[in-house]
Amino acid sequence: MSAITQTSDLTNKAALIPLATERPAYYRMSGIEETSNVSSEFQEERSEVEVEEEIGYEDPFRYVFYRDRKEWADLEPVPQDDGPNPVVKIAYSDKFTDVYDYFRALLKNDEKSDRALLLTAEAIELNAANYTVWHYRRVLLQALEKDLREEMRYITAIIEDQPKNYQVWHHRRMVVEWLNDPSEELEFIAEILSQDAKNYHAWQHRQWVIKEYKLWDSELEYVEQLLEEDVRNNSAWNQRHYIISHTTGYSDPAILNREVQYSLKQIKKAPHNESVWNYLKGILQDLGLSSHPGLLEQILELKETHCSPYLLGFLVDIYEDFLENTLEHHEEVLSKALELCELLAREKDTIRREYWSYVGRSLQTKYVIVSSGFAPTNE
Amino acid sequence: MESVSSPLRCFGECHTAEKYTDDGVETVTSVEQRKVERSIQEVVSVYKQIHSLPQPTLLRDQHYQYLKKGLRHLSDAYECLDASRPWLCYWILHSLELLEEPVPTAIASDVCKFLAQCQSPTGGFAGGPCQAAHLAPTYAAVNALCIIGTQEAYNIIDRYYSIIDRYYSIIDRYYSIIDRYYSIIDRYYSIIDRYYSIIDRYYSIIDRYYNIIDREKLLSFLFSVKQPDGSFVMHIGGEVDVRSTYCAASVASLTNIMTPTLFQDTPTWIVSCQNWEGGLGGVPGLEAHGGYTFCGMAALVILGKEHMLDLKSLLRWVASRQMRYEGGFQGRCNKLVDGCYSFWQAGLLPLLHRALFKGGDSTLSLQKWMFEQQALQEYILLCCQNPAGGLLDKPGKSRDFYHTCYCLSGLSVAQHFGNMDLHHELIVGREENRLAPSHPVYNICPEKVAQAIQHFHQLPVPVPAQKEVSSACNTTADHS
Repeated sequence: MSAITQTSDLTNKAALIPLATERPAYYRMSGIEETSNVSSEFQEERSEVEVEEEIGYEDPFRYVFYRDRKEWADLEPVPQDDGPNPVVKIAYSDKFTDVYDYFRALLKNDEKSDRALLLTAEAIELNAANYTVWHYRRVLLQALEKDLREEMRYITAIIEDQPKNYQVWHHRRMVVEWLNDPSEELEFIAEILSQDAKNYHAWQHRQWVIKEYKLWDSELEYVEQLLEEDVRNNSAWNQRHYIISHTTGYSDPAILNREVQYSLKQIKKAPHNESVWNYLKGILQDLGLSSHPGLLEQILELKETHCSPYLLGFLVDIYEDFLENTLEHHEEVLSKALELCELLAREKDTIRREYWSYVGRSLQTKYVIVSSGFAPTNE
Repeated sequence: MESVSSPLRCFGECHTAEKYTDDGVETVTSVEQRKVERSIQEVVSVYKQIHSLPQPTLLRDQHYQYLKKGLRHLSDAYECLDASRPWLCYWILHSLELLEEPVPTAIASDVCKFLAQCQSPTGGFAGGPCQAAHLAPTYAAVNALCIIGTQEAYNIIDRYYSIIDRYYSIIDRYYSIIDRYYSIIDRYYSIIDRYYSIIDRYYSIIDRYYNIIDREKLLSFLFSVKQPDGSFVMHIGGEVDVRSTYCAASVASLTNIMTPTLFQDTPTWIVSCQNWEGGLGGVPGLEAHGGYTFCGMAALVILGKEHMLDLKSLLRWVASRQMRYEGGFQGRCNKLVDGCYSFWQAGLLPLLHRALFKGGDSTLSLQKWMFEQQALQEYILLCCQNPAGGLLDKPGKSRDFYHTCYCLSGLSVAQHFGNMDLHHELIVGREENRLAPSHPVYNICPEKVAQAIQHFHQLPVPVPAQKEVSSACNTTADHS
C-alpha cells in the first residue's frame, strides 16, 4: 500500500471514532474500584456548551447542569465544605457536584417547591443511600401535598433497580403508611423475592405489612410455595415460624404435630439441609425435645439412612433435654451424648471441634455428679 | 504462642470431603454454594502449585498503600458512599491500626478537622458535611477519633520521656561529684522542666481530638432518636433496627454520657430480636443474621445485660455459621461465605466466652475460642486478599475498604485468644502476619478504648433537658 493511500485510510478510520468531547460529560467506566491512572490535568475538558456552539446546533436531549439552567439562576449553589485538607475525598463527577451544590442550597433556604422535588430525584439517582435527601423528599411530598400514588410508582421503580438499599424500603413504608393502603405490597414484595428469595429488606418490609395490616391469611401458602422452589431457603423457614407464631401458635398439639411431620418429610427429601433441622429444634425446644412422643425413635431410625452432622447434633440436643428433665437412665443417656459430641468433634463436624468438645465437657460437669448420686452442681 | 508452619487445613486429604452434600436435590441455594466451593477449590489448588511450602502471607505493604491512598483520595466509584464518609475514615484507620502502621500527624489532624465538619449542629455526626446526623456515622466518627486522638500525641510524649530519662542519668552521674557540679545539675533540671511543659502541651492535644465531640449535643441527639419501646431509629425520620442500639451504646459508653434513662427498655427490646434459630434479627421476627447479632450482643455487653439472652442457643447458632469447606463464616444459615463475617460472626465468640465465664462456666477453654481459628485465617489469607492491596468478600469480588476493615478485624480475632491477663496467639503463616489485637466490643485497639474511657470519665455526665428524659422512657417504668 502506498504512503498516500495509507494516510487516507487512517483519516477514514479516524472519522469513525467519536470525538472525546462528544461523549457525555459524566461518562464513567463501571466497576467499584477503577483506579484511573490518567491524571485529570491531561484530559481536555470542554463543557458541552462550548462544543455545541462550535458545532452549531443544540441537542434537545443533552444534559444541562443546574448552574446553567435559567430557571435556577436565583439560587446560589453551596459548595461542599470538607475543610482545608480533606480526607477520604471522593472524585465526584461534575454532574454529582452540580446537583449536590444545588441540593445544599435548597436545604439552606428550606425551599419547598416542585423544582426542589425534581432535584431530590436527581440527587437520589446519583446516590440512593443519601438519607438526608430522602428525608427532605418526604418533607416536600407532604408540604406540597403531592400525589402519593405517583410516589408509589416512583419508589417501585427505584426498588426494582436497587433492592438492597435501606432508604428505598423505608421510604416505601412511609408512603404506604400515609396512603394507609397496603394492597400492592404482597405482590410487589413477591416480585422482588422472585429475583432474590432472601432479600433481607424485602422480608422485613413484608413482615411489617402483614403485621400492620393483618394480612396473615395467604402467607403460609406463599411460604410453602417458596419452600417448594427451594427447601433450603432459610428466610422462608423463618417466615413460616413468624406466621404460625403470630396466628395459631405452636401450643396446639395438632399444629405442632403437623409442623413436626412437615419437617420430617423435608428432612427425608434433603437430609443435609440445615434449615429444616434448626426449624424442628426451634419449634420443639420450649416444650422440650424429649417430651415429644416417639421423636427419639424416629430420629434414630433416620440415622441409619439419612444421617448428617445435623441429625447427630439434634440427637445430642434430645439427650441433653432428657438429662435436664428425667433422672432415669442418666448414665446411659449421658454416655450416648458424650459419645456423639466426641464423634462430631473428631470426625463428623470437625470445623466445630472446639464447640463440640465444650458441649461434652459441659454435659460431663453438669450431669456426672448427678448420676453418681450427689446433688447437681449449680449451672 | 503457637506457630503454624504445620500443614494447612485446606491442603489436608479430608478437606474435599467437607464439600456440600446436596442429596441429589438441586436448588438455588445448593447451586450457589457449590459454585463458591469450586472457586475456593481453584484458589487453593493454584496456591498449592505455586507454593511448595505453605506459608500464607498477609500482603502488608500492598494493603498499606491501598489504605494510605484511600485515606486521602477515592475514585468516583465511591459516590455511593458519599453519605458514609466517617465510615471510610474508621474502616481505613482501624485497618491501619491493626497493621500497626502509624498515621502521619498531618493526616490525623486533617481527619479530626474533617470529622468536625461532619458533626451536626444539633448533635451527632452525619455522613458528610451539611448532612443530617445518623447513628452509624456517629459510631464511626467517635471510633475514628478514639483511634487517632491518642496515637500522635502519645508517640511524641514517649519521645520526650526518653529525653528526660537521658538527662536524669546525666544528673545521677554528677551527683557523685556533687559540690563541683551543682550548677550543672541545676541546668539539667531546667531542661527537664522545659520538656515537662512540652509534654503538658501534648496532653492538651489529646484533649483537642477528644474535645471535637460535643457531648451535650450528642446526648441530645441520642434522646431524639430514642423510641418508647426501647429501640432507636437510625436518624430522625429513619428506620429502626438493632444496629442503632449498638451505635448508641458504643458512643455513649466511650464518651461517658450514659444517663439512667437513656437505655431504658433497650435490653428488653434487643432480647426480643433473638429468634428460634438462636441468633438475632434486625428487628423482632426477622431471620437471624451475623451483623445484627453482633450489634445486639455487643450492645447488651456494654449495658451489662448479656445474660438476658439465651447464650447457649446463640452459641450454637454462631458456631454453626462457620463453613466446613471454606473456613470462613456465612451471615445467615444456608447462605454464602463472606469475608466480612470473619468479624461480625467470629467476633461473637470472644463476647460469648466472656459472658459464659462471667456466668460461672468452668468448662471453657483457656487457649482457644469456640471456632476453628486456623481455618478462618486460611480463608482470609488465601481467598480474601487482592494482590494489589485491599481485602474482599470472596474470590471474584472487588476489594473495598469495608471488607478490608472487617477481614483484618476477623483475622485479628482468629489470631488472639484471651485478654491482657491471659493471652494465647495462633498465627497461621509467617510471623509477620500477626496483627494488633482488637477490642471485641468496640473493634478498635484495646489501649484506645481504655484511654478514651479514662479521659471522658474525668468529665461529668451532661444533664439532659427534662423533656428529653421523659420522652425516652415508659411513663409506667420506675427511674431506678
